[in-house]
Amino acid sequence: MAQQARTAAIVGIHEFPSRDVEGALSPLHIKTQSALAALEDAGLTIRDVDAIYDAGDGGMMSGLAISEYFGIHPDVIDTTMVGGSSYEFHAAHAARDIASGKCKVALLTYGSTAHSNAFAIGVGGRGGPASSPWDNMEGWTGMTLVANYAMVAHRHMHQYGTTSEQLAEISTATRYHAMRNPDAVAGMEALEFMNIRETTIEDVVTSRVIADPLHLLECCMISDGGGAVVIASPEVAAGCKEKPVWILGGGEATGYPVNGGDITTSAAAQSGPSAFGEAGVTPGEIDIAMIYDSFSITVLTLLEDLGFCKKGEGGSWVEGGRLRFDRPNDGPALNTDGGGLSSNHPGMRGIFLLIEATRQLRGESTSQVDDAKLAVAHGNGGMLGSRHCAGTVILGRD
Amino acid sequence: MADPKNIPTRPLPNAKEMDTAPFWAATKEGELRFQRCDDCDTVVFYPRQHCTGCLGRNLSWQTSKGEGTVYTYSVIRQSYHPFFRSKVPFAVAWIDLDEGPRILSNLTGVEDPTTDITIGQRVVVDWEPHEELSIPLFRPA
Repeated sequence: MAQQARTAAIVGIHEFPSRDVEGALSPLHIKTQSALAALEDAGLTIRDVDAIYDAGDGGMMSGLAISEYFGIHPDVIDTTMVGGSSYEFHAAHAARDIASGKCKVALLTYGSTAHSNAFAIGVGGRGGPASSPWDNMEGWTGMTLVANYAMVAHRHMHQYGTTSEQLAEISTATRYHAMRNPDAVAGMEALEFMNIRETTIEDVVTSRVIADPLHLLECCMISDGGGAVVIASPEVAAGCKEKPVWILGGGEATGYPVNGGDITTSAAAQSGPSAFGEAGVTPGEIDIAMIYDSFSITVLTLLEDLGFCKKGEGGSWVEGGRLRFDRPNDGPALNTDGGGLSSNHPGMRGIFLLIEATRQLRGESTSQVDDAKLAVAHGNGGMLGSRHCAGTVILGRD
Repeated sequence: MADPKNIPTRPLPNAKEMDTAPFWAATKEGELRFQRCDDCDTVVFYPRQHCTGCLGRNLSWQTSKGEGTVYTYSVIRQSYHPFFRSKVPFAVAWIDLDEGPRILSNLTGVEDPTTDITIGQRVVVDWEPHEELSIPLFRPA
């Protein structure tokens, strides 16, 4: 591994534990409680924060709103909103802003009550007055969020021979990890999951189809939740309570429908090389792959695009439980917290990818990979197969 | 008997939306139109007022024959939208028109969308008329 510049580190994390707040808390409450806990984890206070990163989950004019709500006047305000990948963008931007000397302590927060609001993220369908030319061309089809991902899965199967059984490997690996994570198990209980246990390939491919070819157990849950991440300069990190988890590289990219384009390749094919290149590491060196598992096909596509295997070979690559945490010689462990498929998914899961990657590099995961040194967090925002953003962050410990 | 006022209807495009209004106006005449750049020959779709190859504004409208190939598809089994819930299971597909544009639409005219659609299948436009515009659905050729 090359020696990277160590210019910014994750020094504080918090995952809000409840997946069902029963309507008793707002997203702003979850953001605030998480901010306090993450700052305590770092050994810092809100008065140390001089940079705010916010995806607008607390309301309009989000950088302003959250600064007032917290009672701070930050020097850097970044309101990048690219769906579930927002937090990977924020982390990379924070590292850049800290390296440039504009700030020293960055705070990222997330809060959502998607479950309490009974928000049908995946199957709500579109419709209503079109707000953009592309909505005006597509909204009338009844396209659902999940169907966008299903379009990728169908084409992947057609082009490369990928099977539902291979896609199911993503679901069984994440459930395997979730069953070891008490917060994930409690969450599935609170959300009244049926059959809270390790799943088999058979379980996944015999669950009902939501949008062909994707089955229920290939789709993430809709929970409440949130969290916070504190990122600091090396000087601040040296005085923090926990060992720093360095941000070694970042990459970002956009993807959208292109006439004649290949739907099986996502924006990760652009953001991945950018992040790995900056970090000076290769996919083969990665111990932990925190990859946005909105759906099984998301992970399969992103593993290929990030370079863990060749395009089209993801199906055979994931076979045989390869992605489990207790198979360290077979490549990275996938979503060791249980992922969006089996731990939590309040709508924009990107922050949890950073949080669990940090736990692994600190040695604190409930599915700990021995001596984990390097992790990738890859967020996919928007909709794979349609308009989406990719944010890749490479993390490493001393 | 259901009250006809309560029968859900397809959410229709806004015929006056600035970029796509000419596309929808042509659907009234049963024409499926797309744009091509006079300067760099780029096919532009969805419709815009500029070229996505060069940002120039010298675009010409052309009419597709309405024939194409299923690039990929999904069959929606679950939707909470009142109209589409009444239609499940129904197929959505990206269709590559022979002239180059890739258009999102619904596939109709198959007995069972879960078994009767394949990627690479040849399809042809099948207009669904409405008052202000027509919707370009597709059926097997």
